[in-house]
Amino acid sequence: MAFKSEEDAKAYWKENLSLVVKLFIVWFVVSFGCGILLVDLLNTIPLGGYKLGFWFAQQGAIYTFVVLIFVYTIKMGQLDRKYGVDDE
Amino acid sequence: MDLRTLTYIVVGATFVLYIGIAIWARAGSTKEFYVAGGGVHPVANGMATAADWMSAASFISMAGLIAFMGYGGSVFLMGWTGGFVILAMLLAPYLRKYGKFTVPEFIGDRFYSRKARVVAVICLIICSVTYVIGQMKGVGVAFSRFLEVSYEVGLLIGMVIVFFYAVLGGMKGITYTQIAQYCVLILAYTIPAIFISFNLTGNPLPQLGLGSTLSGTDVFLLDKLDQVVTELGFAEYTTNVRGSTLNMFVYTLSLMIGTAGLPHVIIRFFTVPKVKDARSSAGWALVFITILYTTAPAVAGMARLNLMQTIEPEPGQYLAYDERPQWFKNWEKTGLLGFEDKNGDGLIQYSANAETNEMVKIDNDIMVLANPEIAKLPNWIIALVAAGGLAAALSTAAGLLLAISSAISHDLLKGVFMPNISEKAELNASRIAMAFAIAGAGYLGFNPPGFAAGTVALAFGLAASSIFPALMMGIFSKRVNKEGAIAGMVAGITVTLLYVFQHKGIMFIPGTEFLGGMSPNWFLGIEPNAFGAIGAVINFAVAYGVSNATEAPPQEVQDLVEHIRVPSGVAEAHDH
Repeated sequence: MAFKSEEDAKAYWKENLSLVVKLFIVWFVVSFGCGILLVDLLNTIPLGGYKLGFWFAQQGAIYTFVVLIFVYTIKMGQLDRKYGVDDE
Repeated sequence: MDLRTLTYIVVGATFVLYIGIAIWARAGSTKEFYVAGGGVHPVANGMATAADWMSAASFISMAGLIAFMGYGGSVFLMGWTGGFVILAMLLAPYLRKYGKFTVPEFIGDRFYSRKARVVAVICLIICSVTYVIGQMKGVGVAFSRFLEVSYEVGLLIGMVIVFFYAVLGGMKGITYTQIAQYCVLILAYTIPAIFISFNLTGNPLPQLGLGSTLSGTDVFLLDKLDQVVTELGFAEYTTNVRGSTLNMFVYTLSLMIGTAGLPHVIIRFFTVPKVKDARSSAGWALVFITILYTTAPAVAGMARLNLMQTIEPEPGQYLAYDERPQWFKNWEKTGLLGFEDKNGDGLIQYSANAETNEMVKIDNDIMVLANPEIAKLPNWIIALVAAGGLAAALSTAAGLLLAISSAISHDLLKGVFMPNISEKAELNASRIAMAFAIAGAGYLGFNPPGFAAGTVALAFGLAASSIFPALMMGIFSKRVNKEGAIAGMVAGITVTLLYVFQHKGIMFIPGTEFLGGMSPNWFLGIEPNAFGAIGAVINFAVAYGVSNATEAPPQEVQDLVEHIRVPSGVAEAHDH
């Protein structure tokens, strides 16, 4: 099974890349952003006994990574079906 | 029953369990054994991948490093988990579609060049051997403590056991054994953490306990920790930056892309049945890794607090050396914990001031193993931690040694130099390669270039600077050609190795570092462990430059790139 047309192949790849770019923006914001670059600012906000920046660096970023991979898996599954390139 | 006997029993029992499962799985269904995980659910594959991936660095070393670095240790937490996002979205599905079984094989085919394949093999061997040194450090620490011998003797015993474990081989390939290893490892990590968290805060979930108040008070645990460490002159736990913000940024990036470039992790995704399983397997692996990685900061913070409060129960009230607890005496025997009574008062004064500090040596790698003893937990938990640490170190070391030996025998000998080699000779070559790799890594392990996690971080930097960019460009660019890829890999790993060697010694041998290990000599204040990200940037830049100056890849290679971008039709992957 392959793409019906050359246009389909291009459109599929474009949608794939745009999804990945969006998810990587979130990836960057929670780790490099909240966990490193903005850590001092966020540390002024408490989250229970945690400072928020510290929490992102040692807890929050990791939880977000897990969610990102599952969002990717689900969305790519939908994309594969839309273009008829899923392996079912 | 004394701790030593109990440790032998628990460690022995887990080994019997692994071997038993290996035999049962083999006898139960030969078919399943041959399809190599083909019938295994992504959740099971994810669990096995997690066992494969979490090594002595994650289990024994990481929380100890965080305990002494505080916030700065976050680079390991974010770096080693964030890489799975890259792996799941940018590499695993495409490499699975391609359908070959080693990383150098992909690089050799995509860049239509044997030379590229050889360069990839060399890079792979350099990263993997460095990685094994880190495991050896962890194994040495664990054995020295539980057999009550010096670190050096512990390391030697560890080398012998790793050798037999890796040569037994079959155990590594069976997913169910790895699932058992994961269970032992995660129980051994979380049970003491739950006990300690409950004792300190009344909250049994370590992830929440770290953010809670100490039992019977309204003081937050982290605030108390900040106060205790700053009173002794150490940097504040929750805000202590490692080096500089730039250094932390680069370090984290280096660990992330290194994770995605490590051959023994990538290989796991080649064996799932479909492209979509490669995507979700990475997700499940990260779920199981997250259980340990979000517990680690709690273990770190609580261990540091318990340690400080054991040595100095109240400000100005010091522990007498003669009344030191048993764990203190035991770790002194290994040479990894050292006390020197500088002012001769018989009391232990621990401070950040090097002149008056009497805790002259606390090897960070002992913290996780010592933690349950410091917290006065029952002996069976301490024995369980030993078993977990060994499971983590041995499974990863064995996996890496198999990756090294298959790179030498399959990619180098059979693939390039001696295509007609017999199967038996190939197998022997791989065993000899494995023995040399263990001996070499063990020898270098006597003078490890850092704590186990730091050494492993170096390995990630090397993978980040060499293999990761080649794989990325192989998938996402049709224009990068063989000249570009080879020049890029060589430039990336050379720059990184030179930077590491000039600060940490040639092959990490003390005395050969020509620029010294001091931070003032670091480029932009970036430490050697973190330099892989810079190496990767150089790799990308050189590869693009050279590729654009030379001829575009042939049409069939461009078709191959098109082909791996389509998820369907995995079975046809061998057409090319």
